[in-house]
Amino acid sequence: MRQSPESQPLIELEGITKTFGEGAAAFQALKGVDLTIDRGDFVAVMGPSGSGKSTTMNVLGCLDVPTSGVFRFHGVEVQSLDRDQRSLLRRRYLGFVFQGFNLLARTSALENVELPLLYRGESKAARCEAAMRALDQVGLAPWATHTPAELSGGQQQRVAIARALVTQPDVLLADEPTGNLDTERSLEIMELLTRLNGEGITVVMVTHEEEMAQFARTIVHFRDGLVERIDRGARHRVEPA
Amino acid sequence: MLRMFAATLLLAFREIRRHLLRSFLTTLGIIIGVAAVITMVTLGNGVTASIRDQISSLGSNVFIVFPLRGDREVIRPFEEEDIEAVAKQIAGAQEVAGSVSASTTAFHNGADWTTSVQGANNTFLRAQSIEIEEGRPFTREEESAGKNVCLLGPKVRDAIFVPDASPLGEEMRLGGVSCTVIGVLAERGQGGGPNQDQDNTVLMPLKTVQRRFTGSDDLQYFVIKYDSAYSSSAIQDSLVELLRERRLLQEGADNDFNIIDTAQVNQALGAATGALTAMVAVIAGISLLVGGIGIMNIMLVSVTERTREIGIRLAIGALAREVRLQFLTEAVVLCCLGGLVGIALAFALSYSLASVIDVPFIFSPMINLASFLFSAVMGIVFGYYPAARASRLDPIDALRHE
Repeated sequence: MRQSPESQPLIELEGITKTFGEGAAAFQALKGVDLTIDRGDFVAVMGPSGSGKSTTMNVLGCLDVPTSGVFRFHGVEVQSLDRDQRSLLRRRYLGFVFQGFNLLARTSALENVELPLLYRGESKAARCEAAMRALDQVGLAPWATHTPAELSGGQQQRVAIARALVTQPDVLLADEPTGNLDTERSLEIMELLTRLNGEGITVVMVTHEEEMAQFARTIVHFRDGLVERIDRGARHRVEPA
Repeated sequence: MLRMFAATLLLAFREIRRHLLRSFLTTLGIIIGVAAVITMVTLGNGVTASIRDQISSLGSNVFIVFPLRGDREVIRPFEEEDIEAVAKQIAGAQEVAGSVSASTTAFHNGADWTTSVQGANNTFLRAQSIEIEEGRPFTREEESAGKNVCLLGPKVRDAIFVPDASPLGEEMRLGGVSCTVIGVLAERGQGGGPNQDQDNTVLMPLKTVQRRFTGSDDLQYFVIKYDSAYSSSAIQDSLVELLRERRLLQEGADNDFNIIDTAQVNQALGAATGALTAMVAVIAGISLLVGGIGIMNIMLVSVTERTREIGIRLAIGALAREVRLQFLTEAVVLCCLGGLVGIALAFALSYSLASVIDVPFIFSPMINLASFLFSAVMGIVFGYYPAARASRLDPIDALRHE
């Protein structure tokens, strides 16, 4: 799958709909989303609550399947894959960063970062080495043995980013990564994501903060289950000196 | 896969250590169940062995025949002629020997000891497989003349003779009768026969005991050692016929004697032990079922508590079966630890109880292994549903779980 031609978009959404519930209680969260994301892009997904941005992220993250429409990832039609096949896609190509960090409590930063490698069946030594490298990338190598409770929010989010990075994924999916952080920590995280994007990782981030969205190259605005507007082009925000 | 399993195992141990008290309380059902089964079986084996030991000390292929009251006014004892008739007329009878016994006190060198004296010729020793540790058996002349010579049970020797010095040739007194020690019997243990403690006895020639202690030529009982090539029931039938005839019993009258067959006692013992084992198995089964439900319950709690963790694992690409394996492993490890604690507890319990009720401690690797494996199976059976539930969680819902 990695051999897909460079010209082909990494992610293609065509007419994606998602309906929750049935009958009178049915709620259509996505009403036909079309979106393509190219390799190496940095996409910010914005929109008011209920606009369908989280649902789109769940579909992009192969955590959920659309009710109808086509989702191509690396040219593979994800909507027709079963649960385990989607797990394998996540394991190989995707890294997740959540608003609530979602680290395993009472487990050291190093072991949290090692976790995805465990499911890849790598040896203890290889896991440890890769995890230390990822922690180093986010500047947390000295905190490897600390548990989440012993780390600040910003540090926890950086551990989460290291966990997402450790498998060297194609895409980093970040759902409100700065939602639980103050401005200074948020900017640090955004700078980290920008740097990683510069190293070649495609980043897709949901945010409702205009300031954070300015770090992205492409901003996708959602409204009422549809893509309202896409701003493409160079970074909107001036790089910090 | 192996690495995955090693990591899963490690995780299971860590999770159990995190909730040490909870894990302990959860496995208590299994611990008690396993400990109960092993202790009961081990003690049961000890009791059986001890009884079998007593029976085999009576000799194998042996009948012991006692007179009973039957329909008579008083018990009619056996006589020497009965013994001769049995020896002559019963095919397959190898040794037939009558005996009498009386309680008495043994004295030597100022020490005294309550014991019993038993009239026992060499045929009796052979029939009962009684061995002589040191010294010699009675001579034919000592038997026919009723000489005052004796063979000491080891307990009597220990009670009234100085340790380390041989009692052979020493003079001692039994009640008012003095006798010369010509030998010491090998240890035979508790039980069997009319004398409960077979080591606390003094044997003298039958004639000596009849003349000096019981005061008559009557025999209290006799033993028959038979050829194992003959069927025990055929011998028993012809023995009954012969004795009824000799004791002039009318047709329809009850037997005024009782024949104890050691082989039959062995069989009856086996049947009783089997019934006991079945009962223990049922009790253990119930106890383990309760323990298993406890495991299932706590695993369900654990799955709920760790919903978010499961969500994280699924999101980063864990397969459903990997999550299932993780929780199943945890349940199995929990049960196996319970099993091990149960085994250790059973070892301590059965070891100390065996010495309290004075039976041998017989460690059975079979029941210990079986109990351990059964604990593991319990983990699989009762851990499967919670594990399957964990693996079916939706990652999105699981991640949202507070």
